[in-house]
Amino acid sequence: MSSLILPAVLSGLMMGAVYALIALGLTLIYGVLHIINFAHGSLLMLALFAVYFLNFYLGIDPYLAIPIVLPVFFALGYALQRGLISPMSSGSEQNVLLITLALSMIIDNLALYFWTSNTRSVDIPYAYDTVEILGAFLPLGRVIAFGAALAAAPLLWLFMAHTRTGSAIRAVAIEKRGAELVGIDVNHTYAVCFGIGTACVALAACLLLPTFYVTPQVGYTFVLVAFTTVVLGGMGSLLGALIAGLLLGVIESLCGLFLGESLGQIGIFVAFILILLFKPSGLLGKVGR
Amino acid sequence: MLEISGIQAGYGSMAVLQGLDLQVKAGEIVALLGSNGVGKTTLNNVISGFIRPTAGSVSFKGEVINGRKPSEIVAAGIAQVPEGRKIFPNLTIRENLRLGAYRRATARVEQNFERVCTIFPRLKERLGQSAGTLSGGEQQMLAIGRGMMSEPDLLILDEPSLGLSPLMVEEMFALITKINADGVAVLLVEQNVMQSLGVAKRAYVLEQGRFVMQGEAATLLADPQLRQAYLGM
Repeated sequence: MSSLILPAVLSGLMMGAVYALIALGLTLIYGVLHIINFAHGSLLMLALFAVYFLNFYLGIDPYLAIPIVLPVFFALGYALQRGLISPMSSGSEQNVLLITLALSMIIDNLALYFWTSNTRSVDIPYAYDTVEILGAFLPLGRVIAFGAALAAAPLLWLFMAHTRTGSAIRAVAIEKRGAELVGIDVNHTYAVCFGIGTACVALAACLLLPTFYVTPQVGYTFVLVAFTTVVLGGMGSLLGALIAGLLLGVIESLCGLFLGESLGQIGIFVAFILILLFKPSGLLGKVGR
Repeated sequence: MLEISGIQAGYGSMAVLQGLDLQVKAGEIVALLGSNGVGKTTLNNVISGFIRPTAGSVSFKGEVINGRKPSEIVAAGIAQVPEGRKIFPNLTIRENLRLGAYRRATARVEQNFERVCTIFPRLKERLGQSAGTLSGGEQQMLAIGRGMMSEPDLLILDEPSLGLSPLMVEEMFALITKINADGVAVLLVEQNVMQSLGVAKRAYVLEQGRFVMQGEAATLLADPQLRQAYLGM
């Protein structure tokens, strides 16, 4: 049995890194715009389809699609916030919830209409390649996803800590009026933030597709875990989301090992309830903001 | 430099400002005096672009600026240090100051940074500290320093002495004179009539959305009506 635990932990970490990447986008949007983006999963699904079609029609490798899909989805996120969510919400947070929820329904159902509910996956030559780590054989695609997702987190942090736009985003998040007074365009900054959040799911899509599949409902698989990750890590905390994502990946994998594959996600929600019971602000959340 | 004429503004159906005219010339300190709730902050918000006036116009250096976004008004050369300071508490003092120069070319930022550090030596000692750890007076200095980083031609200070110790209030007014000596015009919005008239060249007294007195600071200081109403003398 013990020989199974290490591979399960490693494979959980691989999946957890992708959960973390998706949650990073969500927590960034929440931390700055203070809105919960229900369309996050649908945007992930859209990105997965984009990567799939780039491969299917143009033969572009999912990893090589990163420089195409990332800027396109940044622009899409920017436009959604600037052109749709912000004008339609007229400043009310309840409206934002409804708009992003409506957006996710529209995107999901349009995807269902145009692309049907068939499960699709890409056909790539290295699909079944494995890498041996500490005696465990792990799919190459998962290892790459792990490395890239883990590299994205510090890059995002560096961007937030050391660039002009990054400090403008942090300023807007904490003191909107003060930010306007130093000349920061708040609507533009919000849209940039939404764009970065959307680019995170686009990157996740490029990393996922080689070892995963896409259907119009695939967003749900991830968005629930992503919400859990965000709350568990402490709403708005980037480092918290990273740790929580990895943790949930491992818990899911171990539960899958002991309770059976289909029950893996139970562990995620049990751990979620337990941690919130003992630390309601999440792992790295601040109490009473 | 700043020309306000016939400004009316309010919130919803409630009219607060009932037709105000005000000028600030280049390099002047002008005081805007009045007690709580007479419309001082509303006028500030009109100048900074947060509230659209229902009538009248605000022009700056000859261009009409009402209707522009707050960020564009900062770029035009007006910096407002708001009531309540609105600094970024989780960012360091250095980051707060650098964000003050958000709309300025990087070439001059270093030079302005040095200048602000010279005016506010207390900030220079704490550059790496997060702004939330500063005392009230130091936060006020940071807010003013942040405003100075945008190289304004006009600095609007909304109740800079509010909540400060008497010693700190003295220091604050001395600093305002020092900033003005570099050629920055200051619109000083205050309840502290005595101190403000001490540093200002001219002043306006606002009551219920209207100017009830205006003129040279020295003349106003000698006015028996003003002494009676605001100084209790």
